[in-house]
Amino acid sequence: MKWDEFFVTGDPLIYGADVSIALTLIGVIFVLTYFKKWKWLWTEWLTTVDHKKLGIMYVMAAVMMLFRGGVDALLMRAQLTVPDAGFLDSTHYNEIFTTHGTIMIIFMAMPFLIGLMNVVIPLQIGARDVAYPFLNAVSFWTFFMGAMLFNISFVIGGSPSAGWTSYVPLAGLELSPSVGQNYYLLGLQIAGIGTLLTGINFLVTILKMRAPGMKLMQMPIFTWSSLITSVIIVFAFPVLTVALALMTFDRLFGSHFFTLMDGGMPMLWANLFWIWGHPEVYIVILPAFGMFSEIISTFARKTLFGYKAMVYSMVVIAGLSFLVWVHHFFTMGAGGAVNSFFSITTMLIAVPTGVKIFNWLFTLYKGRIKFTTAMLWSLAFIPNFVIGGVTGVMLAMAAADYQYHNTYFLVAHFHYVLISGTVYACFAGLHFWYPKMFNHRLNEKLGKWTFWIFVAGFNLCFFPMYFLGLAGMPRRVYTYGAADGWMSLNVLATMGGVLMGIGFLILVYNIYFSFRYSPRETTGDPWDGRTLEWATAAPVPFYNFAHVPEVKGHDAYWIAKKEGRAKEKKPYKPIHMPSNSGVPVIMSTFFFISGFGMVFSWHWMSIAGLIGVLATMVIRSFDYDKGFYVSVEEIEKHEQTTE
Amino acid sequence: MANNEQTHSHFPWSHVIGFALSIILTLFALWVGFESGLSNTMIVVVVVGLALIQATIQLVMFMHMTESEDSKYQTGTILYALFIAIAVVVGTIWVMSFGMSHM
Ligand code: HEM
Ligand SMILES: [Cu+2]
Repeated sequence: MKWDEFFVTGDPLIYGADVSIALTLIGVIFVLTYFKKWKWLWTEWLTTVDHKKLGIMYVMAAVMMLFRGGVDALLMRAQLTVPDAGFLDSTHYNEIFTTHGTIMIIFMAMPFLIGLMNVVIPLQIGARDVAYPFLNAVSFWTFFMGAMLFNISFVIGGSPSAGWTSYVPLAGLELSPSVGQNYYLLGLQIAGIGTLLTGINFLVTILKMRAPGMKLMQMPIFTWSSLITSVIIVFAFPVLTVALALMTFDRLFGSHFFTLMDGGMPMLWANLFWIWGHPEVYIVILPAFGMFSEIISTFARKTLFGYKAMVYSMVVIAGLSFLVWVHHFFTMGAGGAVNSFFSITTMLIAVPTGVKIFNWLFTLYKGRIKFTTAMLWSLAFIPNFVIGGVTGVMLAMAAADYQYHNTYFLVAHFHYVLISGTVYACFAGLHFWYPKMFNHRLNEKLGKWTFWIFVAGFNLCFFPMYFLGLAGMPRRVYTYGAADGWMSLNVLATMGGVLMGIGFLILVYNIYFSFRYSPRETTGDPWDGRTLEWATAAPVPFYNFAHVPEVKGHDAYWIAKKEGRAKEKKPYKPIHMPSNSGVPVIMSTFFFISGFGMVFSWHWMSIAGLIGVLATMVIRSFDYDKGFYVSVEEIEKHEQTTE
Repeated sequence: MANNEQTHSHFPWSHVIGFALSIILTLFALWVGFESGLSNTMIVVVVVGLALIQATIQLVMFMHMTESEDSKYQTGTILYALFIAIAVVVGTIWVMSFGMSHM
């Protein structure tokens, strides 16, 4: 292989990216060295097993990925604004919609939610960490390395271009001979390990680590939604793992699981992909539902209406989400019985979702609503998500779907659920729990600017797409003719896209601005919260709770405040905590090396990487470090801020 | 984390045996598929049988299915797992056998 096959060449945009990546790297290395921060980086962040710090890293990585995916999106919108535009050619366009979709779902939405789960869940259930802190670090680092592996594809070797769904035969060796598709397979495989571990970790954490007295039916609703999400992760991700592995065999080792020849079944890929894929969309929406519930209840200043109905509807969703996957390929033509069955299950799943909408509305009813930024996102979510859900039910009708499928109508549907569901929730949750992460609030004024601009932009961008779809515009086309008559709606959509970009930039500025100028928290309870995370000191000490809280019902901290128990003084006892470890980040680096080797079929490299992985596992197995105790004096020092 | 401090000092025999058995069963399945010369239906039957045996071994030897006392979560999980497994396998066969030439 020659160097100009290794590096992507010939495109000024890519050269620009090369230069900016190199400059960023040099800048980071320089700053770290100049301020002598290497050791700090290693001990405070790279080796940490603290769920709050891992959560912060997840969220930061997700915001970076949101930027990358957002740039992809704006490039696509730029190309589609006018007919016959020459800004991107078809290959380039294909690569960009592929990386956009993959990054947004796998490397933005999930890590953002998992990051917030990491920060919040142990605090909400009154625990000092997750059940397996070490594993939690492995989760983060495998996700991060998988994401990096996927992301370098556009400067080294070339990006995948077969869509985030990677249907074969298009994604097979004959039609996608470049290494791009291998990046997809291995990046997702490595990141998937992390997600699966997170599912297991949070399942055990929520079942086993709750503060004494907290019954299952008294858990905060975000904790419930994370529990259900974890269950879905544990059962859905193995399917993706296997499907990715089979396609990897097909591409690297000449097997025939999904090929056209030799008895392969191309549609089996689509089948396996969506057996994972539909539960996946619930993985990214359920935590969002949980966050909205917490925020709405806090700022409507009422307990959540219909808590039990909320819980049961999520349990039903966890079951049904595995019974609807065929709605993504009705047009395969599996026959009337199959399509009717999956049509009906799909419509059924809209029922528990609808139940939740009414619960939020009734929680708001007669509440004394405070319009904070977090609350505004939650309020905007309700009508926008309803639009997405109702159009989903339209798509669920198999016969009608032959018209909608693969048009912009579908694109509008899933952006209405994913952006106004997941992305609004990420922003809402970020504003809401920011004080727990960084000990100051995000600026409300800037937050509201982001909110209005982004929400306006979102609706301007995606509402016209429903009509583009009805007018016949197919998805994943890189251009169209003037005679198609799609230009005016496309211009609107691009304007909306630009507004969303501006909203995002204001958010990033807000992070900087608040870091500089926001007053630091003093109480740990900035919003007059209801659940236990607001009972921790400001800043949250690394052991979370000096005393493990006692829970006497739903909205535990609210009850404690009402009974005057919130600020009780009791003698402290030493606290046992897990030690940091460098193994997770090193192990994941080996995964990266091995994955990179496999992408290029450099087997010496992939084997060396795997040996490294194995070695770190052995080292971990013989690690008898049992953690350490925090002394009473140190606890006293930390707790002084809460007076 | 903190409260889980009982040490496992004895050698993890059941893990080693389970690991070895899993590898042997996998290799055997491979042999049945490539070398045994059985009819296709027989191959499928044998391989599925081996898969079930291996699943049992893993549940007992790695997942400690028999060692836990709180049986409520246990039964719940097993039932849910069964539900998903059946939905996925039966569903896939049903879906993929319509209108496809390769079956
Ligand atoms: C009210 C419940 C929902 C129903 C009835 C529904 C229905 C559907 C149907 C039938 C399709 C396939 C349409 C086609 O390909 O022609 C679809 C696609 C999709 N839905 Fe939904 N959906 C619902 C909720 C959601 C949620 C909550 C999310 C994620 C947060 C979501 C994300 C997606 C995505 C990403 C796709 C398209 C993926 C692709 O082809 O690239 N949906 N939905
Ligand atoms: Cu779906």
